[in-house]
Amino acid sequence: MNISTTNDFSLEALRSGDRAEFARLVDTFSTPIYRLGLKMLGNAQDAEDILQNTFLNALTHLPDFEGRSSVSTWLYRIAANEALMLIRKRKPNVNIEDIQPEDADDVPLPETFVDWSVLPEKELLSSEGKKAIEVAVKKLPESLRMVFILRDVEDLSIKETAEILNLTEVNVKTRLLRARMALREQLSSYYAERTRRKETQ
Amino acid sequence: MTDHAHQNCQALLGSLSEYIDGELPPELCKEIEKHLEGCDNCRIVLNTTRRTIDLVQLPVEENVPDDVRERLFKRLNLDDYLHPHG
Repeated sequence: MNISTTNDFSLEALRSGDRAEFARLVDTFSTPIYRLGLKMLGNAQDAEDILQNTFLNALTHLPDFEGRSSVSTWLYRIAANEALMLIRKRKPNVNIEDIQPEDADDVPLPETFVDWSVLPEKELLSSEGKKAIEVAVKKLPESLRMVFILRDVEDLSIKETAEILNLTEVNVKTRLLRARMALREQLSSYYAERTRRKETQ
Repeated sequence: MTDHAHQNCQALLGSLSEYIDGELPPELCKEIEKHLEGCDNCRIVLNTTRRTIDLVQLPVEENVPDDVRERLFKRLNLDDYLHPHG
């Protein structure tokens, strides 16, 4: 998503209750926010709840929004909080806020060294391949998954991701690297195994 | 990651994300590229990490489903703006 075009909203109109402008805001951001919910919670009903609560919440708090961050950062922050609240409700034992072992400087070393990146896209994105990608994302710890979704799926900057999640940029970078490495490792095992299977057929 | 200066591999790993995102200064990129020329494993890690990011980004173009959008607009009392995606 190109943020420079999505931030083209009149804050004055939004704050004064301009419904057409708010409808435009909803249409611009409902897809990325729904996707964030879907990827964080893994099911359509929770994603829809996150989507509705985000905009209800935005509507309530718009008069207090001072515009110190961009509208998109502000909305993503509400959506991320809604998603994290729902995760906390579903899994009360998951620690998603405090400094995590994921924030330690050392990154786990890669273990699988198979260059599957040269495989044709058709093969990488077979229905089984797509499923493997989905499972790999789901397996990430929530704190890494959130950073990964904002940065790599929604294409937000490190700075925006840090602002949305109230983390330092260093923490965002560390979590992003860990998330990418963990996904790479999982996909490497999957595609290496798949290549072996094909070779023995 | 064997047979040669192992600590260079670890240093590269620490900068991998920023290298992929093009956020490193040119002189550091040059150093990394020099290391990559002689290190198959690091090259594989770089290529497969790039591909991993591509693959996860790919299926993102679809819009929020129409029925979900319709319920959202109704919930927000925006029914009168519920025209097709524009």
